[in-house]
Amino acid sequence: MGATHLPSTEFDGTELDDQLEAQAEATLGVPPTEMVQLLGPDGRMGTDSVFSEYAERLDAEKLRGFYADMAAIRRFDQEATALQRQGQLALWVPLTGQEAAQIGSGRASQPQDYIFPTYREHGVALTRNVDLAELLKQFRGVSNGGWNPKDTNFHLYTLVLAAQTPHAVGYAMGIQRDQRLAEAQDVEGSAEPKAAVMVYFGDGASSEGDVHESMVFASSYNAPVVFFCQNNHWAISVPTAVQTRIPLSNRAKGYGFPGIRVDGNDVVAVHAVTEWALEHARQGNGPVLIEAFTYRVGAHTTADDPTKYRESSEEALWREKDPLDRLEKYLRAEGMADEAFFAQVAADGDELAAYIRKSTYESDAPDIRTAFANTYVEAHPLVAEELAWFEEYSAGFAGEDEGEGAGR
Amino acid sequence: MTTMTIAKAINEGLRATLSNNPKSLLMGEDIGPLGGVYRVTDGLIGEFGADRVVDTPLAESGIIGTAIGLALRGYLPVAEIQFDGFVFPGFNQITTQLAKMHSRSNGNLTVPVVIRIPYGGGIGSIEHHSESPEALFAHTPGLRIITPSNPHDAYWMIQQAVACQDPVIVFEPKRRYWLKGEVDTESAGPAEDPFKAHVVREGTDATVVVYGPLVPVALAAANAAAEDGRSIEVIDLRSISPIDFDAIEASVKKTGRLVVAHEAPTFGGIGGEIAARISERAFHSLEAPVIRVGGFHMPYPVAKVEEDYLPDIDRILEALDRTYAY
Ligand SMILES: Cc1ncc(C[n+]2csc(CCOP(=O)(O)OP(=O)(O)O)c2C)c(N)n1
Repeated sequence: MGATHLPSTEFDGTELDDQLEAQAEATLGVPPTEMVQLLGPDGRMGTDSVFSEYAERLDAEKLRGFYADMAAIRRFDQEATALQRQGQLALWVPLTGQEAAQIGSGRASQPQDYIFPTYREHGVALTRNVDLAELLKQFRGVSNGGWNPKDTNFHLYTLVLAAQTPHAVGYAMGIQRDQRLAEAQDVEGSAEPKAAVMVYFGDGASSEGDVHESMVFASSYNAPVVFFCQNNHWAISVPTAVQTRIPLSNRAKGYGFPGIRVDGNDVVAVHAVTEWALEHARQGNGPVLIEAFTYRVGAHTTADDPTKYRESSEEALWREKDPLDRLEKYLRAEGMADEAFFAQVAADGDELAAYIRKSTYESDAPDIRTAFANTYVEAHPLVAEELAWFEEYSAGFAGEDEGEGAGR
Repeated sequence: MTTMTIAKAINEGLRATLSNNPKSLLMGEDIGPLGGVYRVTDGLIGEFGADRVVDTPLAESGIIGTAIGLALRGYLPVAEIQFDGFVFPGFNQITTQLAKMHSRSNGNLTVPVVIRIPYGGGIGSIEHHSESPEALFAHTPGLRIITPSNPHDAYWMIQQAVACQDPVIVFEPKRRYWLKGEVDTESAGPAEDPFKAHVVREGTDATVVVYGPLVPVALAAANAAAEDGRSIEVIDLRSISPIDFDAIEASVKKTGRLVVAHEAPTFGGIGGEIAARISERAFHSLEAPVIRVGGFHMPYPVAKVEEDYLPDIDRILEALDRTYAY
């Protein structure tokens, strides 16, 4: 592992090369390249030389919390899908199957960390206390965001694939600078807890140039960023094999930082690996790539038809690796949760669904004037001119079709 | 003559292209077994195989860049961009490479790449799925840009785009994919030059120039105006670069009034170019300034208010009223 696996170079023995090799040994050697798994599909806890230690930190309450979160977000997902079917949402992006990858990683983050999601990270949003009703606004077509990222350090969803990855690295570079400034000033008692950034993207998005450039920057500046790739096996209809010939986690080596492949349906392992990675980043050791090996059980979106491109037997195989089932088995076997707990989780889910349904029905079309107002921060003559035209034009319809055409 | 939708017409046009040109190939995200998110390439991979209908990695710069390489090697790539808002990772390849290769090589190299982009709003979708970025491309010398508005044009224009030696971007009006019409698939070749405009409704009092998704809107507005006794001529531009100014000029010389409408923001848009040119060419024929109708200077708004944003029949009628007010 490490230096011995690096190809020999004709510069052997030069100072630069020594440095690179030492660096490579320090970062590439840890942790193992095979897939990390702790809680297997049979509900039994295995061991791992590096990560078992992290799993041991989890008490029964934490584990029950993971289960409750995963169940809540699955219920939310079902409700949103139903709302889309009823025409209440323009589109829905389901996450069923990916609960462990999202809850495990999200719960490993700390409040001071900043998260850049793509568009399927509803579970991570839950762990960051984003109001899930606000999250639906984008899919209802009443907002292009919905929540204030500053409240939760959970950034807005991004629909242009991979576009958020360089933002994450830049944000991490900012954290790095702030820390240096704070250290230089050494103001007593002002030491903020160290922070890191985590950015989510899919196996498909990993092909975009932005991901490559982000990784180069992250590596060049040793930025405190964790790249969290959810490999759910499909980019709409295109299998991961079209994006990569090797496990995606291996790519990290080429950039000079650790890459870890983790069983993405194992909430305990995901949590452990993410905790390790965020800690690694916060301590100034630079970026980490985590590949959560998971599966999108349902359609890509409610507009998609997976029967056109994949066998249902594949779905069935992955359902056997279900993240909720295996934690349930474990909790029951260890006597950490009883029937009453699971009944409570189900009841909480129904309550969440009712809240989501109600708030969606109540979430009305905005006024287009808000879009005029938010295009620029400062006054802009063209916007003012067009708004004035719009007001005059709308006034011409006053009294007609009362209630029709928002904003008129 | 066969009746079909625009989506089906493009599918048939691509099928004819793949059959007639062994060196043509399609490439893009999800265009294989899925048949594209709009099913425009439905069934083609089964007929022509994965070498001719290539499901690419998810990377627009990669798609356009490799299409350029294939074209340099004598192939005829037709690249699909999934949605208007996702063309930008490939923007660099289109504007700095594709558009300029012929000129930079002193005419020695040709890159006959075709890029298909579904565009425009009105489908109630979320961010980046409803934009009209045509002016950004039209501003780039070296590209040709066309946009069909009916199935017959859709069928023929895609084939003409592939036959063209220059790079051609085909903006496909996605909210009209399901619009049906007659297509003449029998004739040996297209009757019309894809870069020429069509007068789709004759009139004498004012001219409305539109393209792509707004053509049916302008026709409906012209019908409504007719009830008030106004005779409106409607021109379907068909080509955004080059623009058939001769056709517009001839119409304006007849009607004396011009309204240009598009979904893209008015500022810096195609309408401004038309207004400027026609003011130069037909100043003395104009009874009123050229009026533009377009989107506002804001990011494409959320679906629930897109009706307030998109030019509709009322907006075109209001613009006509303004021209008559002079
Ligand atoms: C730049 C860009 N190109 C294309 C798309 C259209 N698109 C939306 S999701 C998707 C597949 C994404 O797959 P992946 O990155 O694996 O994430 P997943 O949806 O599976 O979570 C595509 C092609 C897009 N949103 N952005």
